[in-house]
Amino acid sequence: MPNVDLRQTALRELNQALHHLRPDTNETHWLIANPDGRHAIACGLDAAISVEIEGNVGYYCAGMNKLANVVINGNAGVGVAENMMSGLVHVRGDASQAAGATAQGGMLVVEGNAGARCGISMKGIDIVVKGSIGHMSAFMAQAGTLTVLGDAGEALGDSLYEAKLFVRGSVKSLGADCVEKPMRDEHRELLHAKLTAAGLNGEIDIGEFKRYGSARTLYHFHVDNAGAY
Amino acid sequence: MDDHARKARTLPRFSATFDPATMAEIRRAAATGIYDIRGAGAKRKLPHFDDLLFLGASISRYPLEGYRERCSTEVVLGGRFAKKPITLKTPITIAGMSFGSLSANAKEALGRGATLAGTSTTTGDGGMTQEERGHSQTLVYQYLPSRYGMNPDDLRKADAIEIVIGQGAKPGGGGMLLGQKITERVAGMRCLPPGIDQRSASRHPDWTGPDDLEIKMEELREITDWEKPIYVKVGASRPYYDTALAAKSGADVVVIDGMQGGTAATQDVFIENVGIPTLAAIRPAVQALQDLGLHRKVQLIISGGIRSGADVAKALALGADAVAIGTGALIALGDNDPMWEDEYQALGTTAGAYDDWHEGRDPAGITTQDPELSARLDPVLAGRRLANYLAVMTLEAQTIARACGKSHLHNLEPEDLVALTIEAAAMAGVPLAGTTWIPGRTGF
Repeated sequence: MPNVDLRQTALRELNQALHHLRPDTNETHWLIANPDGRHAIACGLDAAISVEIEGNVGYYCAGMNKLANVVINGNAGVGVAENMMSGLVHVRGDASQAAGATAQGGMLVVEGNAGARCGISMKGIDIVVKGSIGHMSAFMAQAGTLTVLGDAGEALGDSLYEAKLFVRGSVKSLGADCVEKPMRDEHRELLHAKLTAAGLNGEIDIGEFKRYGSARTLYHFHVDNAGAY
Repeated sequence: MDDHARKARTLPRFSATFDPATMAEIRRAAATGIYDIRGAGAKRKLPHFDDLLFLGASISRYPLEGYRERCSTEVVLGGRFAKKPITLKTPITIAGMSFGSLSANAKEALGRGATLAGTSTTTGDGGMTQEERGHSQTLVYQYLPSRYGMNPDDLRKADAIEIVIGQGAKPGGGGMLLGQKITERVAGMRCLPPGIDQRSASRHPDWTGPDDLEIKMEELREITDWEKPIYVKVGASRPYYDTALAAKSGADVVVIDGMQGGTAATQDVFIENVGIPTLAAIRPAVQALQDLGLHRKVQLIISGGIRSGADVAKALALGADAVAIGTGALIALGDNDPMWEDEYQALGTTAGAYDDWHEGRDPAGITTQDPELSARLDPVLAGRRLANYLAVMTLEAQTIARACGKSHLHNLEPEDLVALTIEAAAMAGVPLAGTTWIPGRTGF
């Protein structure tokens, strides 16, 4: 198991080593010590490995991740798992703004809270936040699910496309074209599956959640809707 | 009243303020209740490269022989930080235009033409297509606010990365691709339902400001192992500060797009009233790089209304390292060709004026996703036309450079230029022809 101390090893060296792993590598579990808030740690991974980071990370940790399982035993800066394609990113602490931004696949789990614009422009990722999320979350969210066990800030789901939002707590306000929608069986099953994937099987009462989605009134620009923007 | 008096009546006179085009727009707005959206760049008359002239050689300057002595055109982009800078045979590149806005055949033709000419082409909003990558020897991958089609595999396949902050037709604006162009394929690449109007954000979702931009650039470099040159493209508005901030953030290349630069679809009021002319943007951008000691180390690409080798030579003389063309390239492919005049008439326009690129009904098969219209464009022939056009522009620029005694296009300099108007003299920072006066710089 490679053990990399970022006080001894340059970030560039670490990332290049991770990028150049062969598909049949035996070095499948990496431990990274002393991240000290460095940006762009373990970004651009493209291998079915696990990377565990012991401490707080800066911007864009695990950005554009494919296949890898990245665990951050600390807090994450802006844009954790941005544009992730597949794999799992697990933040044990809090996540800053734009967590999971534009991500197309995989799962992001945040044990604590996530800041503003969580899931902005998400394109297929599943995000589960055990705490609360900040304002403008799921702005222009296109696809995927955002599940929040706590509360959501202002303007949730503004200009939403087809992403599905589940919030257990309160929502300060909904953004343009975002509405509460009925929870049917298919949505309960979907929510159950996402909570189970996030390690919360049976721990949470699905009946406590509300579902939010797009009213689809802004899908075709019309002057009568100009006031909504 | 006698006959003479009757014949001496005044002619009907249109107002210069409320001219026929203005009145037509007022009537259109009153009838529809919505602003006009169109493609292309600013159509108003602006100070431009036409307002500059080269002085050529004279007693104090020695020319090069036109058909014997070499005038190099090669340009290297991205040597500041990238392990693999790109080398182009000509400093004329193809600007970013999306698959979605353009047909797949048009994108393929751009790749073919650029490759034949030894230059680069650029993706656009919506990601990279196989046709484009396959036919482009050197492909720049745009990284846009919407991140439609953004894929790390494509990022790694690219030869350079262009972070798009804005474009000259709409600095500060997002975009809207109307539903009729959102086919199954376009929708699939963008993770959107087919047929809906697709909005493009005006701001990047995960960074704000130059300090964040520096960190974003670090991420992109880390993901690509510091191999790819990173460009930063901005619409011309505050070129001195934008260039300085882009360079400070770590850009290898800065792209400045003036207001004549085209768009796939934007409000006419935006295109015509926001941003500054290309001519006005070059010298401040060059000055910013010179003040930082980075001129020629960070390359400057200028775009927006580049049409000929003369325009190329003038942009380079003012300090740019390369130029990018978009509208000119589309015209070379066949856009607005009079051979389709009957169909342009049926659309309520005429060849040369067609700009409803967003509606997807382009008779030339370029700005459309309609399969029948797209099939009209032969990507091989269109690519050949583009390559010819690029070759002519390069030869024209060389012709002018030799006349000025320069053995490389990059040796052209502001001293080779004069201006025909006070406005152009002020913007380009060169003397009014026949004088030593540079408005705003020297005494009158």
